[in-house]
Amino acid sequence: MLVLAFDTATPAVTAALHDGERVLAESTTVDARRHGELLVPTIERVLAEAGAALADVTTVVAGSGPGPYTGLRVGLVTAQALAASLGVPVYGVCTLDALAYGTGLSEPFLVATDARRKEVFWGRYADARTRLSGPAVDKPQDLPADLPLAGAGARMYAEVVGAARLLDVPEFPFAGALAALAAEQLAGSGAADVAEVVASGTHPVLSAPRPVYLRRPDAQEPAAPKKVSR
Amino acid sequence: MRDEPLVLGIETSCDETGVGIVRGHTLLANTIASSVEEHARFGGVVPEVASRAHLEAMTPTIERALEQADLRLSDIDAVAVTAGPGLAGALLVGVAAAKAYALGLGVPLYGVNHLAAHVAVDQLEHGALPKPCIALLVSGGHSSLLLVPDVAREVVSLGSTVDDAAGEAFDKVARVLGLPFPGGPYIDRAARDGSGTAVAFPRGKLDDGTLDFSFSGLKTAVARWVEAREMAGETIHVPDVAASFQEAVVDVLTRKALEACRRYGVSDLLIGGGVAANSRLRALAQERCDAAGVRLRVPRPGLCTDNGAMVAALGSDLVAAGVTPSLLDIPADSSLPITTVHV
Repeated sequence: MLVLAFDTATPAVTAALHDGERVLAESTTVDARRHGELLVPTIERVLAEAGAALADVTTVVAGSGPGPYTGLRVGLVTAQALAASLGVPVYGVCTLDALAYGTGLSEPFLVATDARRKEVFWGRYADARTRLSGPAVDKPQDLPADLPLAGAGARMYAEVVGAARLLDVPEFPFAGALAALAAEQLAGSGAADVAEVVASGTHPVLSAPRPVYLRRPDAQEPAAPKKVSR
Repeated sequence: MRDEPLVLGIETSCDETGVGIVRGHTLLANTIASSVEEHARFGGVVPEVASRAHLEAMTPTIERALEQADLRLSDIDAVAVTAGPGLAGALLVGVAAAKAYALGLGVPLYGVNHLAAHVAVDQLEHGALPKPCIALLVSGGHSSLLLVPDVAREVVSLGSTVDDAAGEAFDKVARVLGLPFPGGPYIDRAARDGSGTAVAFPRGKLDDGTLDFSFSGLKTAVARWVEAREMAGETIHVPDVAASFQEAVVDVLTRKALEACRRYGVSDLLIGGGVAANSRLRALAQERCDAAGVRLRVPRPGLCTDNGAMVAALGSDLVAAGVTPSLLDIPADSSLPITTVHV
């Protein structure tokens, strides 16, 4: 097994390779405005670092969001096109799940990432592997007040959510965690079986590589044309 | 010709997800998924709606193109993509996809200029371009006059709109006349039953000595004319207004295009872009080219509107010219200048 995983749903452009046992390489650049430029070089870097060829990749996994849409789409379309070129399966994983997995926590917490417009994308977890609710998008002051928080979206609003609630854990969904989470799900079952469960929409972690937007496009239907006569 | 490379072209600069496959100047596939119906109720293209639709449509449109050409992805020798100009978020979906196909297939990538691709596409229908030629590109997003010494290497801007694009004026006037979006085809159709000389609408910048255009004043003039009649309780004869507006647009476009030919001593004119599908523009351009001894080339309507074949066509020229491929970290550039044919 060689899982190539990447996520572009947060300011972190991150890619990793996982061989089913461990993360072979991970590379991350935090730059909220250059996902499109950074992603392929990041993928090339982890391949080089792991001494692997693209042709060795058996599964492509991408964070499916939620996250700022322009960056999110870069990761998903890259995953779809790369998997089609290589002839291998491609899956999406909720970006918040990767962030949660990366915390390694075994008690309840919330994760939050920046959703812009003074809102956060968030989810509630029982432990690092178990999402209880979400993903959802809300104002930081409206998050449940009773749980510690992980993620850069929580830190951004430390004053609102309370700095004491912030956990000292990785604040982005690093691709190493994403790859490890996916590899854990892929291990022990045949590729065809996994694909079938994902296609039926019932897999607990893996999904089709489609974006989770949570908001409709901002667009107003126009009123009647305004008068131009003076 | 069998040894010419197979080039896959991807276009996502606006609301059409276009995929084309060419070998040299032979068109093998041209498939399009359009989100135009999703934009219609907003009266214009909504960038976020377009970007979402591109992501949904990208790999299925590639699959359809391969099927149409009876090819497999592994047959592709090079990937070309519109790197700009266009809607930033929309461009980015195509550029990211193209990089991934190039990386995954191990083939070169060519990021190309959308406007130059509109010029290059004509070769799929009418063969190699004369060097030089003048190109008039008119669409919902662009109105440009170009001098094209060599579409793979050098394109010079002679003039462009200072305000609205011609196609944008069609959309806005259509709204004033109660016609659907996109306005071009509806105005063209309505105008067939009207008179182009019924109303003398203004010709912006016609005699200002430049090769620039202006359509904003014309659009407002039409709106004022219609409002005045409506306030007076008169019935508007839509075909006459449509025909007179259309005449004003195509009159200026063709006069300036032929002025460009005269000024630069060029005897070949090419018209491209979505507005080139307009029947009156085609007819008047032909008439005026015949009178001036200029050869006119207009691709068929399906190659004039945004499509992937045009990107593949330009990519094919770049491969043939031995141009260095693009790096896999190129940005999508929403305001890519026409002087940059490839990035």
